[in-house]
Amino acid sequence: MRVAGRGLIDRSRSVPFTFDGVRYAGFAGDTLASALLANDVRLVGRSFKYHRPRGILTAGSEEPNALVTVGVGGRQDPNVRATMQELFEGLEVRSQNRWPSLGFDLMSVSDLAAPFLGAGFYYKTFMWPRAFWEKLYEPVIRRAAGLGALSRQHNTDVYEKAFAFCDLLVIGSGPAGLMAALTAARAGADVILAEEDSRFGGRLLAEVEEVDGQPGADWAGGVIAELEAMPNVRLMPRTTVTGAYDNGTYGALERVGHHRRRRPHLPLECFWRIVAKQTVLAAGALERPVAFRNNDRPGIMTAGAVRTYLNRWGVSPGRAMTVFGTNDSAHRTARDLVDAGVHVAALIDSRHDAPASDAFPVIRGGQVCGSQGRQGLESITVRRPSGEERIQTDCLAMSGGWNPSVHLTCHTGARPVWREDLLAFVPAENAVPGLTPAGACNGEFSTAGCLRDGRAAAARALTALERPVPEAGLPVAEDDPYRTDRLWAVAGKGRAWLDFQNDVTVKDVKQAAVENFRSVEHMKRFTTQGMATDQGKNSNIAALAVLADATGREIAETGTTTYRPPYSPVSIAALGAGGQGDGFAPERLTTSHAATVEMDAPMIEAGLWYRPSFFRRQGEKTWRQSCDREVNMVRRSVGVCDVSTLGKIDLQGPDAGAFLDFVYTNTFSTLKVGRTRYGLMLREDGHVMDDGTTARLGDNHYVMTTTTAAAGEVMRHLEFVHQCHCPQMNVRFISVTEQWAQFAVAGPKARELLGRILDDPLVPGDWPFMACGAVSVQDVPGRLFRISFSGEHAYELALPACYGDALFRQLVSGAEALGGGAYGMEALNVMRIEKGFITHAEIHGRVTAFDIGMQRMVSQKKDCIGKTMSERPGLMDRGRARLVGLKPVGAVKLITAGAHLYDREADPVRQNHQGYVTSNCFSPTLDGVLALAFLQRGPERLGEVVKSVDHVRGIETLCEVVDPVFFDPEGGRVRD
Amino acid sequence: MRIHCPICGERDRREFYYKGAAAAAERPDPQADAATWNDFVHLRDNPAGVTRDLWYHEAGCAAWIVVTRNTATHEVLGAVLAEDRA
Repeated sequence: MRVAGRGLIDRSRSVPFTFDGVRYAGFAGDTLASALLANDVRLVGRSFKYHRPRGILTAGSEEPNALVTVGVGGRQDPNVRATMQELFEGLEVRSQNRWPSLGFDLMSVSDLAAPFLGAGFYYKTFMWPRAFWEKLYEPVIRRAAGLGALSRQHNTDVYEKAFAFCDLLVIGSGPAGLMAALTAARAGADVILAEEDSRFGGRLLAEVEEVDGQPGADWAGGVIAELEAMPNVRLMPRTTVTGAYDNGTYGALERVGHHRRRRPHLPLECFWRIVAKQTVLAAGALERPVAFRNNDRPGIMTAGAVRTYLNRWGVSPGRAMTVFGTNDSAHRTARDLVDAGVHVAALIDSRHDAPASDAFPVIRGGQVCGSQGRQGLESITVRRPSGEERIQTDCLAMSGGWNPSVHLTCHTGARPVWREDLLAFVPAENAVPGLTPAGACNGEFSTAGCLRDGRAAAARALTALERPVPEAGLPVAEDDPYRTDRLWAVAGKGRAWLDFQNDVTVKDVKQAAVENFRSVEHMKRFTTQGMATDQGKNSNIAALAVLADATGREIAETGTTTYRPPYSPVSIAALGAGGQGDGFAPERLTTSHAATVEMDAPMIEAGLWYRPSFFRRQGEKTWRQSCDREVNMVRRSVGVCDVSTLGKIDLQGPDAGAFLDFVYTNTFSTLKVGRTRYGLMLREDGHVMDDGTTARLGDNHYVMTTTTAAAGEVMRHLEFVHQCHCPQMNVRFISVTEQWAQFAVAGPKARELLGRILDDPLVPGDWPFMACGAVSVQDVPGRLFRISFSGEHAYELALPACYGDALFRQLVSGAEALGGGAYGMEALNVMRIEKGFITHAEIHGRVTAFDIGMQRMVSQKKDCIGKTMSERPGLMDRGRARLVGLKPVGAVKLITAGAHLYDREADPVRQNHQGYVTSNCFSPTLDGVLALAFLQRGPERLGEVVKSVDHVRGIETLCEVVDPVFFDPEGGRVRD
Repeated sequence: MRIHCPICGERDRREFYYKGAAAAAERPDPQADAATWNDFVHLRDNPAGVTRDLWYHEAGCAAWIVVTRNTATHEVLGAVLAEDRA
C-alpha cells in the first residue's frame, strides 16, 4: 500500500502498466517492484524447482525471486528483475515458470514430493538405464524446472558497445562513492561515476538519517548537481560495472532503453569497456536473510528493502508489519514504519541485549521459527525462552546482517578476508591493482564512516595519479557502530531456505556435508547453491556458514566460492553488440564486385574476400558446364580474372634484394630490373609457408605477391624478420593489396586483347615470359606482369584501384569480342591443377620444399629463413609423402580430395596408409578426372597403380601415379 | 590487458598479435648444432612469473615489441621495440 508523505516519486504522474494482463497504475519514479507492492500484489513468481510461491525479497539487482518477462516475440526478455525494471507507460509484464496461472500452478505438486527431491536427487535417481537420461529424464526435468523462457525468435533489438577512458572510475554513488567522486573531481581528475540505479545516491535514497543537516537524498542531489556541472566528470546512471579485468579494465552494462517505450534505433543496452587509471569501489553491502522454516513466503522481505520501499517509494509492503533482526538496522525499519504510520506488531531481535523502544514492542532474545499463509504471509511463529507464540502479520522484514559487496575485488583472483567483528567478508588488501574499496563494501557501515572512507580512497587514488589532494571538510552524518548477532539459521524442523531462486535449504547443505562434499565448491555443485541467475548474492555467505557449522570448521577456514564476472547477468546480445548479420565479419569486396554480380556470378568467400565461383551463361544449368566452358575459353581464346585479392607488398630500399634473399629460399638480389621470379618462403622450422611471384620494378624497388589466404601472415612475417633478425637492413615495406586492381588476362589471344586496351602496342620481344614493367591505359599509369597461373600465354595488368571497375568491364567486353570472357575460381582451380601448380591445399603447413619437388629452389649459396631446419634428415627422407599427380584407371572415375592412398591390394586401414589426395578436378582439356596428392616415395612410383579410398563418402578408386604437371609439361604455351 | 607500445603508447591488447616467447627473436648461427636449433625453434619455458614475449602491433604501427610481464599477476612490466632489445 502507498504511504502518504514519503518517497521520491512524482505522485502527480500516474503510470499505467499490466502484470499478467491485469491493469495497474504506479507513479513516475516507481520500479515495477515498488508499483506491484503499492498495488498489494505479493505473489510475483514461482521458484525454480518446487514451484513454490515467490514474492519480492529485495529492492535491488540482487533480487532472486521477482523475475518476470517483458516484451513479446523476438523482443521477449525473460528473467527481468522487477526491482530493476523502471515503470513506464505501457509496460507489459508476465510472470514465469507457472502453468496454467501464477495463482494456480499445477507444477507445484513437485513441492509435495519435496522429501524425495533433495540435493543430489537427480544424480542418484536418474542413473539407470543410461540411455534414458537424454531421451526421457532430462527433457522432463527441464520442462518442470526453470525460470523464464526464450521466444526462439530472432531478436531485433539494437545493442551497442562502447569504450571509455578515465583517471578515476567510481563504482557506486552512495555516500562513499559520492564523496570519492566529489573529492577527485574537485582535484581536476577525469572522473566517471557509474551507478547501477536510475538515480544517484545509493542507500541515502532509502534512509531518513540526515547528512549535513539535510535529508540524505537532498545532499546526494546537491553533490550530483555539482558533479554534473563539471566538464571533467561523466555520470553514468543505470550502469552496472560487471567485471574487473587486468590493468584497470572494467566491463559495464548500461541499460539504455529498458526504462522507456521501445522505438526504432534505441539501443536496449550498451556494453562498456572502461579503462581507468585508478578505481574506487563503493559497491555497498547486501543484506542477508535469516533461514527459518518457510522463510520464503511472499511477504517476507529483507528489512533494508522494506525501508527502501517506504522511504524511497512511499510504499509499505504490509499493513501489519513484523521485523526480525540480529542487528540495529532492523530497528531502523521498525522505527521508520511507525513514523510513517504503519502498524508494527513486533520487532523480534535475537540479541538478549537489544535496545528497547517506546514506539513498538521488542521481543529480545527471540527468533522467528516458522511462517504460515497460503499464497502469502499470514502469521509467524516466534520462539522465545518462555515459549512459542503466533503473531498475525502480512509482512516480515528480516535482517541477518550485511555482506559487503566484495565481488569485483575478487574477479582477478583475490580471496576476501573474514572479519569476525563484522561477521562478514571484506576485500583483501590490494586485491585488484589500482582499485580501492570504500564504504560498506569495505566493511564501513555508518554514513559518516562511508563519507570518510570515500574521501580517503579518493585521496589515495589522487596520490597515485600524482595530483594534489584538496583540503575539504566532511559532512556531518550518523556514525553508529555496527554489530550483529551470529544467527544464520534458526534451529528446528522443516525446510529453511537459503537460496530462494534455486530452492536450496539448510538441510540440503547439511546433506552435502554428510555425503562428504565438504569443500564449499563441492557443496555448491551438489546443492546448486548460488548457481542461479542471482549467483546467490544474498544466500552464499549463510550457506557456507551452515556448511562450516556442519563440518565443524571456522568460516574463514571454509572460505567462499569463487567470485567471477559478471556481477549481474549480461545478455549475450550486449556482449556481442554489432556482431549480428553484416557485423559478424568484415566483407572485403574487389573493385570488380559490382560488375561480377551484374553478370550473375555466384560469389564465394575467400577469407574475408568475395570472389566469383563461375560466370553463368544462358543455357548453363550446372556449375560444371560454366566451369568447363571457361577453361576451354581460356585455353582457346582469352579469359579475364580478378586477382586483386592476392597480397601485394611493396618493398623499397638499398637492401630490398638482400632482404628478399633472406626471406625467400631462392635469390632475388640477382633478378634483373623488369623481370619477375617465382619465390618460395619457408617457416623457420623448415616447412613451406607461402609462395608467389616478386617483380623487380627498379634497382631498389620490388613488388611481392602472396597468396590470398596468407597475405596478413606474410606481412607480419616480413616485419618480424626485419625488426628482429636484421634491423640493420635498409628496407621498408607496406601492403598495397587494396591500392591496386589487378586482372589476369590469359589465353592465346591475351596479347591481342591487351593490344586493344593498352595505350602502346605490346612489342613481343620486349615482353618475354616473366617480364614486368610500366604501361598505361588511357594515360593512367599501370603495371604489367607477364606471369601465368593457367599455363597459358598470360599477363596480369594492374591499375590504381579507383580504375578497377572500368578496367574490368573493358577487359571483359574486349575478351568477349574475341570469343573469350570472364572466368571464376572454379576454372582457375582446374587450370592450375592441370598444370600441377600448388595452392594452400598442397602447402598446408606440414610439407617441405622437398615434398613438393622444389628442394632445388633452396639456394645453397646463402642462408634463408627455414633453411637450416629444412635440411634435417627427416625432412629430406625419400620415403616421405611427396607431390604426384593421379588419374583414375579403373571402373570408378572419381577421385576426391581428402581420400587416402593405399597399395592396390592393401587393406585400407591406418597401418597401410601411404598418402592422401589434396586437390581434384574434372579437366575438360584432358577430358578426365585429375588429382594432386602426396604419396610416399611418390616421384619414384610414376606409372604404378594405387588405390584411393574416401572413407567418408565411401569411394574407392584405382589411380595411376603420374607427374603432377598434366598439361603442356614443356611449358611451350606460356612462352609462346 | 593493456600493453604500452613504445611508439603509440598504452593500447588494448586486442590491437596486438601475440607470437610467443621472446626466444623466437634470438636466431642462432646457421651453422650452429642441431641441439641449438632445436632449442630455438621448439623449446620454450613456461614460467609462473616474469616472462618476455613478442607482440606485433598489427592494428597500430606494425612494430614488433618485446613485452615483459608476469604470468602469475598479469602485471605488464614493460615493453621495448624488438629492434632495440638488449
